[in-house]
Amino acid sequence: MTDLILTPNIDGVDDFYAELLAAHEGLTKEDSDALNARLVLVLANHVGDREALSQALKAAEK
Amino acid sequence: MFDDRYTLAYKRYPYKKSADQDAASPVRHPVVVMGGGPIGIATALDLGRQGIPTLVLDDHEGVGMGSRAICFAKRCLEVAGRYGCGKPMVDKGVVWNIGKVFNKDDQVFEFNLLPEEGHEYPAFINMQQPYYESFQLDRFEELQKDGAPIEIRGKNRIDNVEVHDDYVTLEIMTPDGPYTLEAEWLIGCDGAASPLRTMLDLDFTGKVFQDSFLIADIKMKNDDFPTERWFWFEPTHGGGASTLLHKQPDDVWRVDFQIGWDVDRKEEMKEENIRRRLDAFLGENVQYDMVWSSIYTFQCKRMDSFRHGRVFFAGDAAHQVSPFGARGANSGMQDVDNLGWKLGMVMRGEAPDSLLATYNYERIHGADENILNSTRSTDFITPKSEMSRLLRDAVLDLSEKHEFARPMVNSGRLSVPCTYDGSPLNSADALDGPARSRPGSVCPDAPLGDDFLLSKLGDKFILLTIDADAPDMIEESGIQVTRLALSTTDDKTGALRERYLGDNDSAVYLIRPDQHVAARRPSFDDNQIRAAIRRAIGKE
Ligand SMILES: Cc1cc2nc3c(=O)[nH]c(=O)nc-3n(C[C@H](O)[C@H](O)[C@H](O)COP(=O)(O)OP(=O)(O)OC[C@H]3O[C@@H](n4cnc5c(N)ncnc54)[C@H](O)[C@@H]3O)c2cc1C
Repeated sequence: MTDLILTPNIDGVDDFYAELLAAHEGLTKEDSDALNARLVLVLANHVGDREALSQALKAAEK
Repeated sequence: MFDDRYTLAYKRYPYKKSADQDAASPVRHPVVVMGGGPIGIATALDLGRQGIPTLVLDDHEGVGMGSRAICFAKRCLEVAGRYGCGKPMVDKGVVWNIGKVFNKDDQVFEFNLLPEEGHEYPAFINMQQPYYESFQLDRFEELQKDGAPIEIRGKNRIDNVEVHDDYVTLEIMTPDGPYTLEAEWLIGCDGAASPLRTMLDLDFTGKVFQDSFLIADIKMKNDDFPTERWFWFEPTHGGGASTLLHKQPDDVWRVDFQIGWDVDRKEEMKEENIRRRLDAFLGENVQYDMVWSSIYTFQCKRMDSFRHGRVFFAGDAAHQVSPFGARGANSGMQDVDNLGWKLGMVMRGEAPDSLLATYNYERIHGADENILNSTRSTDFITPKSEMSRLLRDAVLDLSEKHEFARPMVNSGRLSVPCTYDGSPLNSADALDGPARSRPGSVCPDAPLGDDFLLSKLGDKFILLTIDADAPDMIEESGIQVTRLALSTTDDKTGALRERYLGDNDSAVYLIRPDQHVAARRPSFDDNQIRAAIRRAIGKE
């Protein structure tokens, strides 16, 4: 069981952010929302760890 | 017929009639620089120090009043340092390390830039552009006194050019009427609106952002504001959609309000309206005088090519970026740094014309990197779509509690010099060394006793050896390359090892006159180094 990483962990974070925006470019809001939903599921599967996923849900809460 | 387009902060080169104006036939000059802004003057400093006669023609008589640039980054200062005017800039400038980011009205986080130790120049300074230009002009006059063949003519406006195979004809307007000159080389440093581009009918393409910013430089009367950079995303004080507060010398602060696209410029520029925004932002009790204000819109554009035969473009004339990340003047200085030695060698017959083609390659690479970075900052500050805004706001929300999101907050990325990866002047990397000093990179500075490494490089080719044998001087293709022999036993801080050796016991670096790495290897090899020299001057 691993703790959720909440310190900077992406190399070239500006590149990643730009790629994320580019993926949304030209989409309607609805399609964008759907893309985000799929992305969450893909990333969650990559993380796998149940405990980390629960922590992630907490971290994203307001 | 000769009205100023802007007010002067300092009159530095009043119009004087030149003998050229009465010459029977056009006088020919080796190099003419069009424009006496920061980039034009720097060009004259670079070429003048090489002894190349350089004439600057400017349509004004000194330094413009508008502050514009306030943030001058390390590389820019290092280049100015090499020209002999870096020190007074650092003495005058303000150094800051603490930044605060606010979302709505709450501080979301604070950061400390913690600049890396062991550099002669700070990561950057804040200073009004007119000071920057004045220090360069002081140096210009000093060099003139020492006999450098450089000259600047005020109220000399270039109105027309005709480009020939090996020279350019210039039609110049002065208060005494027009005259004609010829130049073997013309360098266009005539700013973002470049009349030269128009005269040559050359494109300037890219992106215009649908937003405008109101800048106000104000002098605080009750001065208890800290020397920090504060950035607000969507503050509710009503001053602007984003707001930046930044310290400059002389108790002057720069305030930047994002005010939207459809604004009535004339109305917004009225002092009472600027004060209304400022008061909403600062609170009623803060007393200040207005020093300068302006509204700007911005664009990220560049020319397709920075060279057209005998004509070069440098600075804003060649490329324009949004101000986020302070890459305008900073990148213009790197243009000059790049062009100076190449043009010098070609003019002296030491290198073929193909060396000049690499100015285009390397500086377009630099311009694209700067445009990319400043476009990203702009997109973060002024999101273009609903989703982009949602993601931006999510980053800001998360950054309050979670460190990971802070590097994603992009209110401008510090200007760092471009690495010329893939440049035709680079030799293949033969050292498994630190990535930051790979061929194409600008040499990172390092302390050497009481001195610094960069002050020993520059102006000519250097063979830097660290615990490696090599001849003290190599002559190749008419170029003399002198050795700078260093040893890790003198490297008290370990910076040299960390920045140049990595896990290697020794290294040999071939360094260009602009302090960029051309080649590196673990040890000296006569054939390889000679090939690298030929390559670095465009002969291979
Ligand atoms: C609000 C704002 C903030 C900025 N902040 C920063 C910052 O923090 N850091 C940074 O690095 N950059 C910054 N910049 C950019 C910076 O100001 C410019 O990149 C810089 O001034 C460009 O210098 P230049 O010499 O290329 O052009 P200019 O400074 O525009 O100089 C051009 C010169 O050419 C002359 N000229 C024009 N036409 C003719 C003609 N026909 N004949 C003769 N002469 C002519 C002009 O009079 C002028 O003297 C900022 C810009 C703005 C607007």
